[in-house]
Amino acid sequence: MKFDKPETTNPIDQLKVVGQAVDRVDGPLKVTGTATYAYEWHDPDSRLAYGYPVGSTIAKGRIVSMDLSRARAAPGVVTVVTAEEAGELGKGSRNVATLLGGPDIEHYHQAIAIVVAESFEQARAAASLIQVTYQAADGKFDLAAEREGLGPTGSDDKVGEFETAFANAAVRLDETYTTPDQSHAMMEPHASLASWDGDKLTIWTSNQMIAWSVEDIAKTLKIPPADVRVVSPYIGGGFGSKLFVRSDMILAALGARATGRPVKIALPRPFLMNNTTHRPATIQRIRIGAERGGKITAIAHEGWSGNLPDGEPENAVDQTKLLYAGAHRLTGTRLATLDLPEGNAMRAPGEAPGLMALEIAMDEMAERLGLDPIDFRVINDTQVDPGNPNRPFSHRQLVECLRIGAERFGWSARNARPATVREGRWLKGIGVAAGFRNNLTMKSGARVRLDGRGVVTVETDMTDIGTGSYTIIAQTAAEMMGLPIERVEVRLGDSTFPAAAGSGGQWGANSATAGVYAACVKLRETVAQRLGFNSKDCVFADGEVRSGDRRAPLTQAASNGEVVVEDTIEFGDLRKTHQQSTFAAHFVEVGVDAATAETRVRRMLSVCSAGRILNPKTARSQVIGAMTMGVGGALMEELAVDTRRGFFVNHDLAGYEVPVHADIPHQEVIFLDEVDVMSSPMKAKGVGELGLCGVGAAVANAVYNATGIRVRNYPITLDKLITQLPGAA
Amino acid sequence: MRAFTYERAASPVQAAAAAAANPGAKFIAGGTNLLDLMKLEIETPSHLIDVNGLGLDTIETIPEGGLRIGALVRNTDLAADERVRRDYGVLSRAILAGASGQLRNRATTAGNLLQRTRCPYFYDTAQPCNKRQPGSGCSAIGGFSRQLGIVGTSEACIATNPSDMAVGLRVLDATIETVKPDATTRRIPIAEFHRLPGDTPHIETVLEPGEFITAVTLPSPVGGKHVYRKVRDRASYAFALVSVATVLQQDGTGRVAVGGIAHKPWRVEAAEAELPRGAKAAAERLLAGAKPTHDNAFKMPLVERALGSVLDETRS
Repeated sequence: MKFDKPETTNPIDQLKVVGQAVDRVDGPLKVTGTATYAYEWHDPDSRLAYGYPVGSTIAKGRIVSMDLSRARAAPGVVTVVTAEEAGELGKGSRNVATLLGGPDIEHYHQAIAIVVAESFEQARAAASLIQVTYQAADGKFDLAAEREGLGPTGSDDKVGEFETAFANAAVRLDETYTTPDQSHAMMEPHASLASWDGDKLTIWTSNQMIAWSVEDIAKTLKIPPADVRVVSPYIGGGFGSKLFVRSDMILAALGARATGRPVKIALPRPFLMNNTTHRPATIQRIRIGAERGGKITAIAHEGWSGNLPDGEPENAVDQTKLLYAGAHRLTGTRLATLDLPEGNAMRAPGEAPGLMALEIAMDEMAERLGLDPIDFRVINDTQVDPGNPNRPFSHRQLVECLRIGAERFGWSARNARPATVREGRWLKGIGVAAGFRNNLTMKSGARVRLDGRGVVTVETDMTDIGTGSYTIIAQTAAEMMGLPIERVEVRLGDSTFPAAAGSGGQWGANSATAGVYAACVKLRETVAQRLGFNSKDCVFADGEVRSGDRRAPLTQAASNGEVVVEDTIEFGDLRKTHQQSTFAAHFVEVGVDAATAETRVRRMLSVCSAGRILNPKTARSQVIGAMTMGVGGALMEELAVDTRRGFFVNHDLAGYEVPVHADIPHQEVIFLDEVDVMSSPMKAKGVGELGLCGVGAAVANAVYNATGIRVRNYPITLDKLITQLPGAA
Repeated sequence: MRAFTYERAASPVQAAAAAAANPGAKFIAGGTNLLDLMKLEIETPSHLIDVNGLGLDTIETIPEGGLRIGALVRNTDLAADERVRRDYGVLSRAILAGASGQLRNRATTAGNLLQRTRCPYFYDTAQPCNKRQPGSGCSAIGGFSRQLGIVGTSEACIATNPSDMAVGLRVLDATIETVKPDATTRRIPIAEFHRLPGDTPHIETVLEPGEFITAVTLPSPVGGKHVYRKVRDRASYAFALVSVATVLQQDGTGRVAVGGIAHKPWRVEAAEAELPRGAKAAAERLLAGAKPTHDNAFKMPLVERALGSVLDETRS
């Protein structure tokens, strides 16, 4: 099915099942521990072996020699595979760092071997017996030190004459903000079980993008994609860390190939930080010029980040092209080469760090203009792409989000003068920020089966990273086929199923359900034909197909065998003619300890404008999770770089702090009741990343309101406040 | 984790003798720290002596005043004990400020006193660390040192003791009771129990080879207001950036011990003499001779301000 016209009425609009706060269909499996996660797969008929990775202990240089003899002689060891044993490997088209390093070393904890043994403990113990002699080379690890003199990556995006307009603006802001390297820090580490059957490889793993993985595993191992099967039905968090093939898959496959046995491996926790990917640190310069009344005339956003050679910049400036009006604009990225681990996508790549900076700048600018920060944003709202006014937003209700949020949160009670509200030992403040994330759509396929019991089974390689994909897909099929949700079975995360959008970029929910919608349209047509109905005027309801006075049970269509159809949704030019984005207003109240400068969030509200909400319960869970991540980014999360030794020092969950329950006392989410007919037949958009975008700045602005201290370098830890607190020496 | 042999101790003195006879031996009680360190091969004992079966898990009232806390009393039970909560509130609060419910259920009194530092370089076996591998150097000095020590540090080590409980015990002048392999016993004031790093940061206490902790005693209650103030980036489940344990009397005198800034719970008599004059004067004495790094210089004003906040709250 091609989606290239604004959607009119379709069966989803009945909202009997879609749009309802249905419990997760996979919930019972999760809470009873019966959902099988990657490291839990077992094959009772085969002699499973356990792998353990060895990581480089230098950041850059080369391996001179490896002494594997003690490891090979250790109890239980079956084999050790290094790059030398593995033979020539390719590289996945989505990988920057090489997944099995050696002799060249590109970053700290780059995998250089897998030890395979009869037990996990034996593999781990033997891994520590491998002696490696390195020749270390000097590397570059300090973004700030590499910043000078970097030119634009590609070319800057320019509208009008920014420099002149900024120079002539009545009120100006020119400030620099920084965000640190961040870790996905999801609960389930990367893990894989690989098994070869002749030339055919099956990998049970934890991965967000099944079809991408098949391609890149095949490319890395130099085998045909048709020989690779990837299975990943349950994922214990990913946040972008599992978008791509990582070393666990390749090491497991190589270990299994070398031993002729299935091999499973999980990456140890420190590998999450230094072996896999992270969100790169940014330095962002923002300049805003405005008329005295608050109208922005000039806006520029430049972002510096670093990555390994051939890596991409963290595009922190993209939202600034679209979020606010202004005739003269400049945005661009600058990329330094760094020898730290690979930087890559983490939840809302670009917008998350970009809005952390832009939305502080907007708060600062509002103050310089003497305007309420909400009014300032409303004045500069735009219903068209500011760089191309002929291109409207498909649906934009940012102003409504701000207004409704202000009302619900009690914004009018805010004292605009900072550091004036005290409650016991706490300085109290509230802050606001806009949230913005583009709505991406991806081609997505599904197969649907109707059997003689009247059960519809959906098969797609779509993944559920804890977001609720199983549930919203079941809701979609139930709505389309006129069945209760209990009559729908959903099978996900297997490359033998049709390729779907996968989970990433908040494109999964809308795209994957649209793919299921397309397949169900086809199933309805096939069912109608089999039952002798004119498919155009059929109604599917209560397990029946009805047309005029005639009705037939749905099961009748499958009386001579299962009905199986498949289709794929493809998206046309509507995303080019219309800018599709999602919007939010985030409100945060904090207390800052007047003595110690500890910041604690007291309450939060997010109001989201994101098209039709397919399931308010799972969507809310996504947004409150994202808000929590926003608090982490604002107040504590930072991969500490050792710029001498070239690695992230705090490489475990004790050193890399994310919020705990005690940090998150009260959260509220409001979804505007809306549909976006330009986005898909589902009229939905994504919320999973929107919920994060802007939250950090709302916290930062609340801290400013509480203390009068403007911190422009995240995370806002107490050391950045304590010497400036009222009463500090 | 390296392979190890294992035995269950039959008595405290037998445990001590077994440990002295085997230089690669370690006692194991709750295992909340040791097992993690063994998995990472930061600790590589060749032999474990399990002391969990020795009893030593009661809190007795000492007839002349005070409490004797068995070495194996779990943190949860110690913090919840009615006598501790009534007479030694700072200890109960310090314990509850640390770790999580699950960890406190396992962790023991003696084990808590012996927990190792959380310096991130100590935790990465690829990095030089004089504490983990004597003579290899200190990679924390000049590195990421936000959590690390500001007083009592040395050229060899700037690690901190991570315990909250020990800070509470220090302000209460607890005493550690031990038995040696030859069955002699001794009583070690907590002030002398933990060592400063000097040039032997791998030797963290004054315990002799095999010497086994049997109990911790608290002297008679001293009254006063008991406060434990732990400062950290997140609200729970984090080690202290700085913590302040105080016992303050109505006349303005009192005691203060500070955690998170040194290789041992930090208490300075001269600072306590200044308490009636306020936090600034007391903090100056507490932090005399401090050598903070660029990353942890904030701990200097933080100690003073946290103490000031506690004094204000207690006296208001």
